[in-house]
Amino acid sequence: MKVHEYQAKELFAEAGIPVPPGEVATTPVEAFEIASGINRAVMVKSQVHVGGRGKAGGIKYAENAEAAKVLAQTILGMDIKGLTVKKVLVTAAEDIASESYVGIILDRATKRPVIMVSPAGGVDIEEVAAKTPEKIFKLAVDPVLGLKAYQARDLAFKLYRDIGQVRQAADIIMKLYDVFWKIDASLVEINPLITNTASKVVAIDAKVNIDDNALYRQKQVEAMRDLDAEEPSEVQARDADLSYVKLDGSIGCMVNGAGLAMTTMDLVKRYGGEPANFLDIGGSSSPEKVITALKIILGDPNVRSVLINIFGGITRCDDVATGIVRAFKELKPTIPAVVRLTGTNEKEGIRILKSVNLPSADTLDNVVKKAIELAGEGA
Amino acid sequence: MSIFIDKKTKVLVQGITGRDGSFHAQQMKSAGTKVVGGVTPGKGGASVGGIPVFNSMAEAVKKTGANTSVIYVPPPFAADAIYEAVGAGIKTVVCVTEGIPANDMMKVYPHVTKHGVRLIGPNCPGLISVGQSKVGIMPATIVKKGNVGVVSRSGTLTYEAIWALTLAGMGQTTCIGIGGDQVIGTNFIDCLKAFEADKSTKAIVMIGEIGGSDEEEAAAYIKKYVTKPVVAFIAGQAAPPGKRMGHAGAIISGGSGTAAEKIAALNKVGVPVAGSPTEIPDVLKELMSGTKKKASGRKTPAAKKTVTRKKASPKKSAAVGKTTARARAAKPASRTRTKTKTKNKKTAARKKQK
Repeated sequence: MKVHEYQAKELFAEAGIPVPPGEVATTPVEAFEIASGINRAVMVKSQVHVGGRGKAGGIKYAENAEAAKVLAQTILGMDIKGLTVKKVLVTAAEDIASESYVGIILDRATKRPVIMVSPAGGVDIEEVAAKTPEKIFKLAVDPVLGLKAYQARDLAFKLYRDIGQVRQAADIIMKLYDVFWKIDASLVEINPLITNTASKVVAIDAKVNIDDNALYRQKQVEAMRDLDAEEPSEVQARDADLSYVKLDGSIGCMVNGAGLAMTTMDLVKRYGGEPANFLDIGGSSSPEKVITALKIILGDPNVRSVLINIFGGITRCDDVATGIVRAFKELKPTIPAVVRLTGTNEKEGIRILKSVNLPSADTLDNVVKKAIELAGEGA
Repeated sequence: MSIFIDKKTKVLVQGITGRDGSFHAQQMKSAGTKVVGGVTPGKGGASVGGIPVFNSMAEAVKKTGANTSVIYVPPPFAADAIYEAVGAGIKTVVCVTEGIPANDMMKVYPHVTKHGVRLIGPNCPGLISVGQSKVGIMPATIVKKGNVGVVSRSGTLTYEAIWALTLAGMGQTTCIGIGGDQVIGTNFIDCLKAFEADKSTKAIVMIGEIGGSDEEEAAAYIKKYVTKPVVAFIAGQAAPPGKRMGHAGAIISGGSGTAAEKIAALNKVGVPVAGSPTEIPDVLKELMSGTKKKASGRKTPAAKKTVTRKKASPKKSAAVGKTTARARAAKPASRTRTKTKTKNKKTAARKKQK
């Protein structure tokens, strides 16, 4: 899950990381009021879940509150890479003396949090990594021991020569590492971390991604979720504990297991169709889940046929079949569907399905071909 | 022969009184597995279909002499269940549970490694050594005794591949699902190594998916150490970048982790990649009937398709490019972190100060 910059800054501020004062506004008048309160030059920053906001014109400098109001007027409602700006962060502008980078990610290869710092901040860190990798310094932290003060200091020495600034940066790195664990982040990033003309080290940008698996214990962070920034059907699916990703095709797919769901999509494409979605009903699927899944698929106006592919393991075919039967009786869809059930409790499942006369297929490739045929697509 | 589990495997089921735990305890038992007990704190003394239930792993191991455990407890308690198994002296832990926070697993991993425990999963279907033992949730009805080893990051997709092999008369030694999370215990390389060493395994099927670089690392390992024929399948060629496809680990982060990349890496070391799981048996037969040496640089139609698609949507790839390079940049961390190029750093810092 992603959170906005202003929310990430709230989390950082809570942890004691210095960030400039600021608040989020949804109208130009609010922006004016916030800027008046700050009472010096401000930055007006669009709050959308994409990178490159500055280049797109979504981050501007305002000399005073009146200017902030005018800029907020322009930026609110702006389209940045397909997303509409609904909020702006109005925050004190800093006099920048130097810019560096600090980030922590969950690294799959080492199975550890990796801290990256670079004195070349304020630009795309990937560009730095590609062009001047010698300017990036990394540390894979022992997750059991945690980050030690000397390690944070060593990293800080890569950024600054002034011991006062080194100490400030080391403290920020320690606190950032604490935030990473405390909120179950998969990424925390400050780009840039600046020194201002008063020689203070300040985080003027903030990025945080959260591990979805940990949201059950991160209520404060989950409350930050911006539903406006998401596909409504994906929100509905998540509430029902289903993995769903909306795509643009016409074959609605309901599959158990992520790997098989991906493969089913791959085969739809291979045989000339276009998948309307990725949908994994997960393990131990109850009939209720199946009903919700079918509702979501049928709610997509692009869907012209429904493909149900179940290979029972922990999921029982009879459970899925019961759900399908109930869903079809309840929803009475006019869109054609084809079902394939194999694996655990397969026989019971097929017997239950007979009561609604759904066309079935015996193999993976056949159920895909049949669904494409029913949608009237393909070669 | 087989890998990781065999006739001597004695299994404890952690979370045996739950819906999934009780159901699959019975399924394992009827598949011939020695299920010697189960654990649910507070339900000690009970019995689930004739299987004794204990309050703790320590007690259960002491009373039963179990060497393996399988975990069905919910995500908030799963990491603790792994620690408990390790503490009780279990040597192989199969964690079926899906949805364990990555931070928990980052701490579990060094712990199991330190104690020499083999962890399989989490978020995995477990494994079957055909005719000997089944630990986890794979349906025993789809396997057949033979000489193919199967390893996969997926669950149901693995069943699909196994079923295709069985229908084609190609039986298996061990079929193992290693899990779809970002932080897992046993990986492809561990399994390839074990299959290479297992005398009865004559060929290997490897099923990967988008996300991470385990397949690429496996390809490099195959080139160096694996003499047995290997056929692969990679799921997620139609997956859009930047979206998590069910599994926590199945996400394309820009240029890194795409199916096309993985297929190319495998093809490069002579591992053919099937276009559909149902085509795996044919590809494998072809490979085995040919020279023992793997066909090199064999391009699959699937590979070409993905490449074209990638070109068609440069905008999307660009949008997610950020994460990738970051991931890539982070990768050699453990190797290079001590080497610092002081001069450059100082110059850079100085420039910034001005």
